[in-house]
Amino acid sequence: MNIVVLVKQVFDTEAKIVLSSNTQISADGVTQIMNPYDENAVEAALQLKEAQGGEVIVVSMGSQKAVEALRTALAMGADRAVLVDDPALIETDEFTAAQVLAKAISTQNYDLILSGKVAIDGQSSQVPARIAEILGIPHANVVTKMEIKDGKAEVTREIDGGIEIIEMPLPAVVTAQKSLNDPRYPSVPGIMKAKKKELKTLSLADLGLSADEVASKMAVLEYSLPPARQAGRLVQGDPAQAASELASLLHSEAKVI
Amino acid sequence: MNFELTEDQNMMRAMVRKFAEEQCLPGLEERDEKEEFSRALFDQMGELGLTGIVFPEEYGGVDGDYISYAIAVEELSRVDASVGVTLSAHVSLGSYPIYKFGTHEQKLKYLKPLAEGKALGAFGLTENMAGSDASGTRTMYVADGDSWVINGSKIFITNAYYADTYVVFAQSDRSKGHRGISAFIIEKGTPGFTFGKKEKKLGIRSSATYELVFEDCRIPKENLLGEEGQGFKIAMKTLDGGRIGIASQALGIAQGAYEAGLKYAKERVQFGKPIAEQQNTQFVLADMATQIEAARLLIYQAGYLDSAGKPFGKQSAMAKLYASEVAMWVTTKAVQMFGGYGYTREYPVERMMRDAKITEIYEGTSEVQRIVISAAVLKEF
Repeated sequence: MNIVVLVKQVFDTEAKIVLSSNTQISADGVTQIMNPYDENAVEAALQLKEAQGGEVIVVSMGSQKAVEALRTALAMGADRAVLVDDPALIETDEFTAAQVLAKAISTQNYDLILSGKVAIDGQSSQVPARIAEILGIPHANVVTKMEIKDGKAEVTREIDGGIEIIEMPLPAVVTAQKSLNDPRYPSVPGIMKAKKKELKTLSLADLGLSADEVASKMAVLEYSLPPARQAGRLVQGDPAQAASELASLLHSEAKVI
Repeated sequence: MNFELTEDQNMMRAMVRKFAEEQCLPGLEERDEKEEFSRALFDQMGELGLTGIVFPEEYGGVDGDYISYAIAVEELSRVDASVGVTLSAHVSLGSYPIYKFGTHEQKLKYLKPLAEGKALGAFGLTENMAGSDASGTRTMYVADGDSWVINGSKIFITNAYYADTYVVFAQSDRSKGHRGISAFIIEKGTPGFTFGKKEKKLGIRSSATYELVFEDCRIPKENLLGEEGQGFKIAMKTLDGGRIGIASQALGIAQGAYEAGLKYAKERVQFGKPIAEQQNTQFVLADMATQIEAARLLIYQAGYLDSAGKPFGKQSAMAKLYASEVAMWVTTKAVQMFGGYGYTREYPVERMMRDAKITEIYEGTSEVQRIVISAAVLKEF
């Protein structure tokens, strides 16, 4: 059972977002972490490997910053890592990411491709599905339970108002919901072994791709921050009058009642 | 000179921080309130390899360095100083003397499970008449056939009652002073070895602190640690290293209080603006940040020297003295910044202030650190 896990290095959930220009988010001094849902994907892969043997290969696209996410996955127990890092990949869209990652995955021997259900930064949830499409294999997202046997995956998905259980042949792409498992912490010996594990960095040329054929289809026009939260308002005066004023404010201004 | 942490050290920090926030934070207030020790958290630290950072692989460790160890204690203490001292006392006091002075057999039998986190360690030196002055030890031992027989008691023993393995110091002849002291490895459950009262403490309330009682406690001859009469040296050498652990605990407490203060200062509005916009608050935050950074550098320097096998006793005393006084100052200022709320258990800073105080006292009071430092500097000229 060879499993490819896609991981992404993202801003920490508590990071303060600062824009360096209206089309660029500043990464200066921001703590970055492995996308939390990808941790669930890594954990699922490790559990499968422990039960059925095989190899866990973690794959990422990004700058050298992404090395941290890959090393963390290696410290958790993944066997080796592949990073696609190329100057042409600094600003990319989902089309580019999927083309590049699908190509990188196709150089590997895989039975299953796992990733988080969404990356908490871009939130598009597109890349795993696009990869499945490019590779011509089935895809199931938001998976809370997964069983692999006899060349098939039986997965439980969260859908609106209930759950759906589906079966699909391998290889397949599966994306993890938080409740799939509890990701392990990388142990101290795991951290120390991680740097001895293979981490291969590939350029677009190494993958036989040109910058033109994977060029983004979309351009960001503008990023903007949500408006600063307004200060609260205190309704004062006679209790009965204040209550009635509050009710009318909740109706006319806040529009919550 | 290189001030960058290694990739491993950064990953270790990220891992321990996550562990502390996800595993130690839930239930923290309740453990403090009920003075409840958590063996489960210790077991988890063992599984993660935190108990074996500084010990060789041969004896169940991971061959890491003292800066990584300092980072682990710091990150635990940033959230929960009781868990921080549990690890520090286990590694620096309970395990280290066996690593440094034990025989190969003793290391296989006792150090390996300690380093793997399968056994919990403790260190019994302090007595009611032997605090800063260990030569006042009154716990006595005699040789009897192929055993040692131990009588006496020890107080304020961290991890005691829950710990499985104890390094205990006893005296053969009080007229010999510190030259009569020897160190022994004693297992929990040995007949004649019981526990006295549990201390009710100001802070680090979910760290276990008990009295050890020895009544004709008979242990095998091979459980002598080092040579007879070497006990005082073993204790002093152990405490040199232990200071890095306590300094890191103090640093973590200070860091936690500083972060809580920083967050609160941005949220708390008085006189029409957040208190972070008042210059007084800004200056306090600047002093906190500066002192914390200075303490961190002193600790990492001591950790570097220790890992490099160079003398570090003076630097670890400086780190412990400075970091513990910074912890006390920063937590006191943090409570002040929170005002009335800071004095209540609604916010974590009152606990941090209670936790900080002990770092100026145990494993050598600030006064003892000043003795160690002044003795070292006077010898240099």
